Amino acid sequence: MQASRARPLVSFGGLYFGLAAAFLYLPILLLILFSFNDSRTLVFPLREFTTRWYAELLHSPELLRSLGNSLWVGLLSSLVATLLGTMAAIAIVRFRFRLQGLFMAVSTIPLVIPSVVLGVALLLVFAQFGVPLSLLAVGIGHTILNIPYAMLIVAARLAGFSNHLEEAGMDLGLTYWGTLLRVTLPISAPALLAAFLSSFTTSFDEFAVAFFLVGTEATLPVYLYSQLRFPSRLPLVVALTALVMVTSILIVLGTEWLQRRSLSTRRRSA
Amino acid sequence: MSTRSEALLARPAAQLEVRQRITVLLTPPGLWLLLFFVIPLGVMALFSFRAASFGAQRQVFTLEHYQRFLADTSAQRLLWRSLLIALETSLICVVLAFPLAYFLSFRAGPSRLMLLTILVIPSWTSFLLRILAWKVLLGSSGIFNSLLLSLGWIEEAAPILLFSRGAVIITLVYIWVPFVALPIFAGLERINRHLLEAAEDLGSRPWQIFLEVILPLSLPGVLAGFLSVFIPTVGEYVTPLLVGGVDGIMYGNLVQDQFARALNWPLGSVMSLVMMLVVLVLTFGLGRGVKVTDLAGV
Repeated sequence: MQASRARPLVSFGGLYFGLAAAFLYLPILLLILFSFNDSRTLVFPLREFTTRWYAELLHSPELLRSLGNSLWVGLLSSLVATLLGTMAAIAIVRFRFRLQGLFMAVSTIPLVIPSVVLGVALLLVFAQFGVPLSLLAVGIGHTILNIPYAMLIVAARLAGFSNHLEEAGMDLGLTYWGTLLRVTLPISAPALLAAFLSSFTTSFDEFAVAFFLVGTEATLPVYLYSQLRFPSRLPLVVALTALVMVTSILIVLGTEWLQRRSLSTRRRSA
Repeated sequence: MSTRSEALLARPAAQLEVRQRITVLLTPPGLWLLLFFVIPLGVMALFSFRAASFGAQRQVFTLEHYQRFLADTSAQRLLWRSLLIALETSLICVVLAFPLAYFLSFRAGPSRLMLLTILVIPSWTSFLLRILAWKVLLGSSGIFNSLLLSLGWIEEAAPILLFSRGAVIITLVYIWVPFVALPIFAGLERINRHLLEAAEDLGSRPWQIFLEVILPLSLPGVLAGFLSVFIPTVGEYVTPLLVGGVDGIMYGNLVQDQFARALNWPLGSVMSLVMMLVVLVLTFGLGRGVKVTDLAGV
């Protein structure tokens, strides 16, 4: 039906797509442009080209510290979220158990409540039990945000291959846990990595929950937010976020690629 | 479940073994969710009855804050306003994103996934940066105004767009459009193309095929997209803080204020609980046919 219709060179849909892409990219590109502009205010006309904002980044210890904090929080919270999400995924895909519906509901509800509620609730529980706020608290908050995603990503992968492979492993003398380690997890590896990277990028950019839970040490978004109040720090912030943007694009493109590879191997093995 | 595991289930010893496996697999994630999600929500509910955040008054339990919330028409109006802003934002997103998803799924051919990735890349950049971008764009000394001034098109800075309800909606739409396009696209991709051929063979015109086949079948994806914007937007407080000003303030700001500034945790708990319940009721009311995987964009 579509093939029979002669397609114009630039269709209406294509034009619309182009406009939408421009709408999405222009604001970011403008900011990147200003990150090379030799002026503390983000206004036209442009001044000289400069890389000094990028150079100044290296001499901003607080900023680098918050960057380091965010990397740690992202790394550890994503590891925990991936591990717990994977265990949950195996349980819900491979077994039937009592209260399965309840478990599914509780583990996916973080998807359907505004994250400010989670931040506030964790703040209260830490206050209630006298646990001081810290990066650890932020990391715990991020695991709750990310477990549903990790679980669903891994569950999709598990549902994509039959458990005959696992049964074969057990017939060949592996214990159930041996089979999990030697058969199930290797086959699910691309999904595990995708779950980890998806969790990491979420955590790295997360502000709404972290805002309530940071103690004395800030994560990068919390630090950036505090800097937005000082206009003179703006070019520095823009330069840093441009760098972060390029990095996160690389990370997420990697995730996409893995996910697609996992889907295509799934199709091949199906 | 395969025949082998069914056979396993028949033997009591094997049944015990299976139960053991389930216990080992579920205990860590279950405990974690209990400790850091269920109990915190419970503590929040408990706090909503406390007389005060700190001190001796903390041990006094009262309905005072519920009464205060019920009497506080400005808080309720703000909640209503936030629901409206969230509704408008999600509707605009759906209207803007549907043609994109349709184009990608039905017209873009083999390059569809690449084009989809192109749309999504900007949303992998820092959330704060994207808000900041609009703050810079919309401000009176912002890029729009300074560009127009330097081109000599305008004599003085145009009336500022920044710090208004409109600025909040524009910024939120900008942030969420790609996330709405994704589930709609996924929904359109699931439509069996043979159905369209069948409709065509039965004499349907293209617009009939669109209205009577494609549109109804795309609704679960559209709803997932709608909800994936609506839910976080109701509780949004960062965007209004940065671009909203007095006019663009939202309910999330009120909640945040109770914790960050007013330190009235019990009242803040009441407000959070109310918001959570409203969002949950709306989500389960609207989202019956929505797949949780669509909502998560997985």
